[in-house]
Order: sequence, then structure tokens, then C-alpha cells
Amino acid sequence: MTEFNIKASKDWQAGLSIAGSDATSLQGKLAQEITAEILAVMPELDLKPVTAVENIVDDICTFWLDKKQLIKLMKVLKNKLVQPFDMCFDLFAIDETTREHKGRQLQDFTVNYHLRSYQRNQDIRIKVALPASDKSLASVCHIWPNANWYEREIWDMFGITFIGHPNLRRILMPDTWQGHPLLKTHPARATEMAPFTLPPDQQDKEQAALQFDPQAWGMKRQDKDNDFMFLNLGPNHPSVHGAFRIVLQMDGEEIIDCVPDIGYHHRGAEKMGERQSWHSYIPYTDRIDYLGGVMNNFPYVMAVEKLAGISVPDRAKVIRIMTSEMFRILSHLLFYGTFAQDIGALSPIFYMFIDREKLFGIIEAFTGARMHPSWFRIGGIAQDLPKGWEVLVRDYVNYLPKRLDEYEKMVMQNSILKNRTIDVGAYSSQEAIEWGITGPGLRATGYSWDLRKQRPYSGYDQFDFEVPLGNKGDCYDRCRVRVEEMRQSIRIIEQCLNNMPAGPYKAEHPQTTPPDKSKTMRDIDSLIPHFINVSWGPVIPAGEVSMCVEATKGIMGYHLVSDGSTMSYRTRIRTPSFAHLQMLPLISKGQMVADLIATLGSVDYVMADVDR
Amino acid sequence: MTPEIMWKLLEIILIISLLIPIAATLVWVERRMIGIWQDRHGPNRVGPFGILQSLADLLKILGKEDWIPPFSDRLVFVLAPVIGAVCVLMSFAVIPFTADIGVSDLNIGLLFFLAMASLAVYSVVLAGWASNSKYALLGGMRAAAQTVSYEVFMGLSVMGVVLLTGTFNLRDIVLAQTDGWLIQSQFVGFSVFLIAGIAESHRLPFDLPEAETELTGGFHTEYSGLKFALFFLGEYLSVTLISAMSVVLFFGGWLMPAPLDTWLPPLVWFILKVLFFVFFFILLRTSLPRPRFDQLLAFGWQVMLPIALLNLLVTAALRLGGVL
Repeated sequence: MTEFNIKASKDWQAGLSIAGSDATSLQGKLAQEITAEILAVMPELDLKPVTAVENIVDDICTFWLDKKQLIKLMKVLKNKLVQPFDMCFDLFAIDETTREHKGRQLQDFTVNYHLRSYQRNQDIRIKVALPASDKSLASVCHIWPNANWYEREIWDMFGITFIGHPNLRRILMPDTWQGHPLLKTHPARATEMAPFTLPPDQQDKEQAALQFDPQAWGMKRQDKDNDFMFLNLGPNHPSVHGAFRIVLQMDGEEIIDCVPDIGYHHRGAEKMGERQSWHSYIPYTDRIDYLGGVMNNFPYVMAVEKLAGISVPDRAKVIRIMTSEMFRILSHLLFYGTFAQDIGALSPIFYMFIDREKLFGIIEAFTGARMHPSWFRIGGIAQDLPKGWEVLVRDYVNYLPKRLDEYEKMVMQNSILKNRTIDVGAYSSQEAIEWGITGPGLRATGYSWDLRKQRPYSGYDQFDFEVPLGNKGDCYDRCRVRVEEMRQSIRIIEQCLNNMPAGPYKAEHPQTTPPDKSKTMRDIDSLIPHFINVSWGPVIPAGEVSMCVEATKGIMGYHLVSDGSTMSYRTRIRTPSFAHLQMLPLISKGQMVADLIATLGSVDYVMADVDR
Repeated sequence: MTPEIMWKLLEIILIISLLIPIAATLVWVERRMIGIWQDRHGPNRVGPFGILQSLADLLKILGKEDWIPPFSDRLVFVLAPVIGAVCVLMSFAVIPFTADIGVSDLNIGLLFFLAMASLAVYSVVLAGWASNSKYALLGGMRAAAQTVSYEVFMGLSVMGVVLLTGTFNLRDIVLAQTDGWLIQSQFVGFSVFLIAGIAESHRLPFDLPEAETELTGGFHTEYSGLKFALFFLGEYLSVTLISAMSVVLFFGGWLMPAPLDTWLPPLVWFILKVLFFVFFFILLRTSLPRPRFDQLLAFGWQVMLPIALLNLLVTAALRLGGVL
């Protein structure tokens, strides 16, 4: 801590200095290259590199930009570079008002644009500072269509307005909500608020707000030939897989337009991150994509470890990969079954639940829990694998492929299912990138981009597996890709099984959780940090980091901001399902209701993952 | 009242009072069979092997509030499930269970069956309309289109039988099969009839009017309690009806299979054959997904109609040529 502070204040005096500005560091070099490239296109842009004060510890080039130049820069990044940053990976804001260790660039709010170039396999982060007196910014919706929902979310959560946004309404909170929940001034706990009451007049107002008004949703009641029918699909409908509402504008059974309405599953996971210790937030991450189990812990603990500078031992890395791949299989099996069920086949899901049950048995033997083990820890995992784990895993690795062969005949080769899904709900790679689609949804279009291959984390580069691809990007391909991914996951698990390294399952580092106790009774210098780390939780050095994993449904990322305390200052969760649902109107236009159901099933989203 | 009429009334009451428990038991049979085929138990708690499950369900459903949605068309809403159940039950009037058992020996029995099947669609369409709910309306629309289309092929598919036996009387049709079941010469007709039958009884893979995953229940979305039970009963009765008609038209009714001796009474033969088809219906439900609405109609008009017509033509030609 103290060492960091000294370093930080030196940089403060030195003024601008690029983080790791010595050209030998990878980040510094990339930052210089990309600045040169951008300035070659548009010299008047004033890109300011981040300083060491912000201590951004990931490898992403980060720049500060004046908000007046935002659109200019974005246009350059999207359209004018040779290898453009074609995907808006994430877009979120930070309320900086109570942050310690502020750099000179920081004002009251920061809007973060996290962009990605697939061709370069490189990310760039643009930060725009906003004062509380002028909380407005130009919208980038016309540059990246998927910025639409992200900007609405920022408006909803922070009250920052986006000028030129086509439909700046609340997205997660109800329209009648007062305030902006992610502001630091907004209470985080019910105990900090006045008791909840619902007087009759308020209830009437809430009821009235539920009345559906097509015009307000941007839909027409009729055109010159037809009066349209509006069908309210959800929030409770057997095929929307959770609390999700889609309003369909229909002509007969054909869908003219649809508007997805999310937020019914919003629990304020990001806000909770600001009130939980670094360690005690782990169980909350499990419940983001509630089918992903420990896969959710993965990006979070990796991000904290990166901030704290903890390197994880090999055994822990391999165990993490093995259990994550198990959860990939669990999630994909559920997808497979429900997809078939959405098409009308009643049986496959029951067979697949038996397979899941067996695998949950193994997870239970490892972790003591089933769907949400919260098993990863900062610096490693909660405990070592149980004795005899190899037998369990070996049995399963031998068992599943045969079952998958059966399902192949039962589901994938069924001609009715093929007729229902081939060429239905298709989109191109170009559209997928434009809308921020990641994971199997992107690979189904034939675009080979798997984070585990492109940017191997936690030692994925040591494994031998293939990235399954589709070619049409339709419902059938999305299912096909996931089925093949299960086989690849089995391969990875088998390699974990055969090459499990010996050694500790947690790093030797004072900030791992729970902290190492072995030396506490020997000397006071171990006892005190242990006591503090147990009672307060670890203090993570100030800084920012963003970490992603190839989760079950796409790329899931955590952006953590620490101001050097026992809790995260800002926890941003970038989930794949959020982006995937936003694309729904594009692919569902002109479909029949039955096609929409097939499309919804094939997108494989989880509402908890969308709303957080 | 003459003893003859008394006797007939008794027979009718007996058949109805047997048919309805049979339909109820079918619900249990189906759930149990599907359970076994799907690697799970199915209802096995009430009574031995759970056989009383339907009775328990019935009691529960009787205890439910008889709720009519305030936005619905009350009269039609109540009438719709009744029409469905009555039409199916009426069809049973012409089914010859054996040479002696059967309510009516109508000389246009086959036509009567087709007429009742057509009337049954009113039940679904009216239910969809009277519910005043969009999901129900979509279900009702689908039901109307589906039934109207598939009725055509159903009617055409049995014309081969009429051509060969020269009668619309179902009892005579069975008797005409004494030398050999019509399935031998009318296999194509039978296939079309069976597929149309599944469509008529709204069973998977042709359950589009209900399509739980799409329309949350379709035409019966707004129904609950006893009225819902009537739809349910109607569906299972119509499964039995289509099975019985298949047996009567193509599988020799109560006649025993040719190589066997008569060591079982004709009624048992009839029931065994019907059960075979009922099980086939259930198996179908567990194994197939559901086609899309337009695919279903296209399949009907582009595949089933030509096949049914061709079957009729070929049968007629062979009949003229004296082959059959």
C-alpha cells in the first residue's frame, strides 16, 4: 500500500506520464503505435494517455478524451482505420465523486468506451470525464448500434443524458422509478432508506404506467392496409426462459416489429459489488449467469488477482479450467434440451437432465454445492479436489460422448427440427460483430473467435481443443456449435484429468482469501495481517482492471475499480446475454411466432445475465 | 316407452359411462408411459401404480372455482368445451364395437363421423374467440385452418374404403373385411387417415392450436377447472375415437387376425387393437417436435392431398380392372 502511494504521488508531480511509458512494456508500445495511427488520420484529436495514478493494470490501451472530440474519434476508430475497432464491447460509467486516489483527469463521472478490434485482436478503452454540472454526452448509437442499450443503461443508472439517442428511456428500472441507483448518493441498502410504502394513489400511478402504449414504444398501430395486433409475450411465458417481456407487433402470425423489455430480473448486482468485501462478493457472481456456476467466479477472481498482483499456482489454474468446462457442459446441455422443447420435442430435456444430474454429482463432490458453488477464491480455489476425483471424472468423460451421439439422432437429425431451424433467425458475421454478439452466437456465423484461443487465460494455451464453427448463423448452427463445444469441453476435461499438476491449490500471498493461516501462531507479523484480512477482508491496491472469459453464453467481463479499500469502488459486469437480446428485433422481423420461439431458444440467454 | 328403446338407452348410458372413465384412465396411461419412455417415474403415488391419479385429478378439478374471465363472451365461453366433448361422444354412436354392440347401425355411419369431426372444430374456434384473449385467438385461428385442411384429406383417404366395400355403414365395412383387412390394399389411405386424425385431435406433432411453448395453451389458455377438463376429456376421447376408426376402417374392427383361432371374444380384440393405436399416439407425442404452422398446411396441401387423390384414383382403377 505505502509503496504504491509513494509511486502514485511521484507521478502526480510529474504530470502526464503514460502508464508503463517505457517503450519496452507492451502496453506502452501499443499505446504509442495506436496514437500514431489515429493521429495520422485525424491530427487534431487530443488523445491523452492514462497516467500511473489510475493504475490500469490490464493490457488494454486507455486514453482520456475531451467529450467534444468523442464522435470524431469514434468515427475514426470505427471507419477510418485500416483494421478498425469494429465492436463496441462494453460501455459503462463510473461515479467518481467519492473516489480516493483521483488522477488529474478525473471529474465527477467517467464514461468508459471499451472497443474491440477482432482483426488486430486488440482492445482500446476511451475514457471521457464529465462534471456533475454537465452530465451529457453525444450518443454513439449511429456508429455502434449496440450502444443503444448501453447508453440507456447509463442514463438509467447515472442520469447521464446522451444527445441524439433515439429512445433514451429507462431500461432496467421501472419508468416510475425516482433517482439513479448507481450514483454514490443513492443508498445501497434498504436500511438506509425510508420504509417502503405503497399508498393507493401511488399504486394507481404504477398501474397506469403498466398500460401498454405502442407509440411510446416506437411502434405504429396501423399502416394504410392493416391494423396491427400487439401481442405481449412475457414477462411470464413458457418460452421466454425467465422474466422477459417482448412486445410483438403482428400482422396475423407474422412479426412486423418487436421490442424487448428487460429489467424484470434486475437485482442491482453491480451496486452490491460496492458494498461487499472483495471476498464476499464471490457468491454474488455465481448468480449472474445462474447456469454458469463457477464460470462466473472466473473473470471476477482473475480481475482481483490482477489488481493485487497475485499469481495463481498451476494446480488451481487447471482445476479452474476443468470445473469451468464442466459448467459449460451443464449450461449447454440445458440449452440443448430447452431448445428442443421450444421446437416441441418433449423428451430430450429429460434425458439431458439425467446427464446434468450426474455431472452435478461430481460438482457436488468437489465443492459441496451444485449450481452455485462459489468455489473460486482470490488466489486459487476453496479446497483441493477430493480423493478419488479422477474416477468420477473419468467415468463421466467416457459416458457423455455416447449420450451425445444419441441426441444427435434424436434432435439434430430430426427433419421436423431441421425444417424449423435451418435458415431461421440467421445473421451474418458482420451483423454479429456490429451488435456485440460473442461466443457460440458469433461462431455460428463462421467467424472463428474464441477468447480461449485468441487470448488464452489461466493456461488455456496449454490445451488441445478445436473451435467449432457454423456457417449460416441460423438457429440450427447456433445449436450445432454448442453441441460440438460440449465435445471439445470433454476433451479439455480429459486433458485436465491426465495432466493435473501437483502442488498448492492457492497462491501464497497475504491477500488471498481466506488468508493463509499456517504461520499465524508463529510470529506477530503474520498474525496481524491474517487478523485484518479475515475481519475486514483483503485491501486491494487502487487501480482499474478488466478481465474477460469465454463464458457459456459468450464473453463475460468484469471491470473492477479499486480505490485501495476493502471493497470495490465500481464493479462493472459485462454480460453476453445483454448484447444478444438487444439484437432480437433485427433477427425476428418477418418471422412467425413459432420462429421467434425457436430463435429465442437458440440465442441461449439467461435473464439474470441480462439484467444483473 | 317400448322395451326396445329402454334397451337402447341403457346401452347408450353404459357406453358413455365406460368411455369417460376410459378416457380418464388414458390420461394416466399416457403420463405413465411417457414417464417410462423419458427415464422418469410418472404419476405413481395414488393407488397401485398410480392408477387412481386421474380420479384424484378429477376430484381436484371438481373442487376448483368455476371461473369465467370477465372479459369473455360468457355464453359461448361455456358452450365451447361442451360442443367439443359432445361431438366426439356423438361420433362413438356409430362405432361398431362388435357385431352386436354399438349404439346405432347408421347406413351413413362414415359420413356421420366426418360430419361430427367437422363440427368439433367449432368448439376450438369458439373457445378461441370467446376467450377474448390474443393467445386463444391465435390458437383458434390455427385450429380452424388446420382442421379445415386436414378434414379434406381425411374424407378423401377413407373414400378408398368406401369404394372397395361399397357402403358407408361402418358395421358392413367391418364385415366386408372378413376375408382380409383393408390395410392390405389401403395402406396409403390408412397413413393419410392416421396423420389427418392426429391433426384433428390436436396431438403432438400437430398440437399447434395449443402449442404450449408458443401460445401458452392456445385456445384453452383462459380455461380452468371443469371446463378445461372437458377440453382435456375431448382430446383423449378423440384419440380413442381416431384409434377406433382406424381399427374399424382398416384393421377389421372386432375381427380376429386371420391366422388365429377365436380364443378371445370379439370385444377384447377390438379393445386390444384400439389400445395399440392409442399407444402409438402416445409414443408419437414423446418423440417428435412440432412443425411450423405454414409447414403443416403446406405438408397437407402439397403432400397429403396428392397422395390421397392418387390413392383414390389407383384404387378406383384397380377396382374397375377387377383386381381388387
